[in-house]
Amino acid sequence: MTYTVPLPRLGTFAAWRSAARALAGARVPPEQIIWMPDGSQAGLFDAPPQPLPEARAPVTATKAFLTLAEQMCCHRDPRTFDLAYQLLLGMQTGRHKLSNRADVVVNHAQQIAKNIRRDRHKMRAFVRFREVTQAGANRRSFVAWFEPDHRIEELNAPFFARRFADMDWAIVTPEVTTTFRLGEVTHTAVAATPPDLHDDTEALWRTYYANIFNPARLKIKAMQSEMPKKYWKNLPEADLIPDLIAGAEARVMQMRETAPSLPPVRAQRILDRLPRRQEGDI
Amino acid sequence: MGKLSLQEKLALLSDAAKYDASCASSGTTRRDSKDGKGLGSTEGSGICHAYAPDGRCISLLKILMTNFCIYDCAYCINRVSSGVARARFTPEEVVHLTIEFYRRNYIEGLFLSSGIIRSPDDTMADMVRIARMLREDHNFRGYIHLKTIPDAAPELIEQAGLLADRLSMNVELPTDAGLKAYAPEKNAAGIRRAMGGVRARKEAAAEKSHTGKRGAKFAPAGQSTQLIVGADGANDATILQSSTRLYGDYKLKRVYYSAFSPIPDSTAKLPLIKPPLIREHRLYQADWLMRFYGFEADEIAPDAGMLDLEIDPKLAWALANRHAFPVDVNTGARAALLRVPGFGTKSVQRILAARRNGALGYADLKRIGALVKKAQPFIVARDWSPGALTDAANLRARFAPPPEQLSLF
Repeated sequence: MTYTVPLPRLGTFAAWRSAARALAGARVPPEQIIWMPDGSQAGLFDAPPQPLPEARAPVTATKAFLTLAEQMCCHRDPRTFDLAYQLLLGMQTGRHKLSNRADVVVNHAQQIAKNIRRDRHKMRAFVRFREVTQAGANRRSFVAWFEPDHRIEELNAPFFARRFADMDWAIVTPEVTTTFRLGEVTHTAVAATPPDLHDDTEALWRTYYANIFNPARLKIKAMQSEMPKKYWKNLPEADLIPDLIAGAEARVMQMRETAPSLPPVRAQRILDRLPRRQEGDI
Repeated sequence: MGKLSLQEKLALLSDAAKYDASCASSGTTRRDSKDGKGLGSTEGSGICHAYAPDGRCISLLKILMTNFCIYDCAYCINRVSSGVARARFTPEEVVHLTIEFYRRNYIEGLFLSSGIIRSPDDTMADMVRIARMLREDHNFRGYIHLKTIPDAAPELIEQAGLLADRLSMNVELPTDAGLKAYAPEKNAAGIRRAMGGVRARKEAAAEKSHTGKRGAKFAPAGQSTQLIVGADGANDATILQSSTRLYGDYKLKRVYYSAFSPIPDSTAKLPLIKPPLIREHRLYQADWLMRFYGFEADEIAPDAGMLDLEIDPKLAWALANRHAFPVDVNTGARAALLRVPGFGTKSVQRILAARRNGALGYADLKRIGALVKKAQPFIVARDWSPGALTDAANLRARFAPPPEQLSLF
């Protein structure tokens, strides 16, 4: 007997969790379950969705597992749902322990969750809001376009809500639009393309980015490992990078070759006015 | 000179700030603005919102309030005798940039530093005013790092600590003699006194009063400092000894090492060099070993005084102390595992947890995330024994990069 579990694009984790709880309660083996995330095609021989089985035994899960499973459920690879279920089932019998990183299943699950956390972190880092406040509005409004690797929109919304609570904002991804209006978060699963927005403050940010860079310490690989090129197209500062790199060596050469200049006249006057340090002070 | 635009000032005053290595925004109290009345949050670990091509993270708006300065520190782009263009932000401009950058998710907060103008007190008072405007007028709950002026009045430092997450004072040169030679207006004893004051004030804030209440949080993310590497003659042993003192005596959260880097308009007193980036990197590794791996400065810094540039300090220590190896990963104590090259603190934590489920083998260690190739001469596992490898004479050559061949024209 095979169970087919449809998983919606929004609320994926909640749906997985309630199905997994029921299936694990009936000790249904993983190979008898087909997890069907939104957008996946039902196979020709897949059983149609059917009622979940009656529970035979209690199912317990630690808080750490729930955190892990929530992160895993954001992954694009549909096999991840199966892996999370395997882990849940194995934890009921003590076969898998989350603390045991030498366990192949646990380690695989942890690595998937780590990828999701990285994706989540990069979204927190690289979302760039642009202002869209209407004239006369009493709250300021911002919109950002972001392309995450995984389905992390819901996982990440609380972070932005905690941080940007005194303004309205929307984060638009190719699949989900998250809006925050007057303190309320709403998600809509709707296909979208990058909105055409302009924000004058970006000129200041680009000025800052170009000037905080130290040309004498070029470390391009270090930059790219943390800010991979795939993000660049949505970062207002990133198109400065090629020229900053290209000009770096010449700028350092110039610093080296310029002979030390004479101090401006005012320098000595200022120094003379400073109180002398007492000897023995140091 | 005409009036500078905000953009021109920003260009000058961020260029002037880039020689400060710190950009940390981690480890402060957890705050958010869920009540809808403010802006910003801090949640344990900070976020790097961009990376510059120098590989450094951009987490904070790192600027100088002004680059006018009455001091003449030879290594500094802003010294009074430098011909660099000068600018000064108004407090309102700094607040505007911080808030507007923050709203667009460019930054975690502000790192404000300044040249010394008129007097230390005037400078510090302006910086405190900026922090107060952010916190009180704009309800800003993001991160604030204030560079403290050591000679400023204690009341001003007190106010700075109540508003900011982190305070820092840069020692810059690892020895008093270096400071005297290259930063004659700086005062080593004064810096130490001020750092001691911040430490005492922090400890007082952490103590409960007789009613069981704690005082207001004082610089919850701690204080830090920076040492310039390669400007004066101080060797690595000296630098690491000063770090040990700084961590011990003043309970600093971080000591930053900044390779002396070419500046526009240098002084004849301090010729420009290629910044010693690898040396800086080794010092950071050594610093980590002292703070998280139980090493003492005199264990890591060799007698010659300089760290090995070709291999990391932990590996260098292991090669020089082969008698301590191999360590059995299934029975070894935490402290011994931490000293194995290729094992990080996380790997050690995972080894200790995993080995309760059965003896660990080579493949298990790999899965756990340890760098097994590096560790293998120094460990015993269920299915692995290094045999004579631990004491092999050519062990160093396995890790050190091959000598560079001279190219012929």
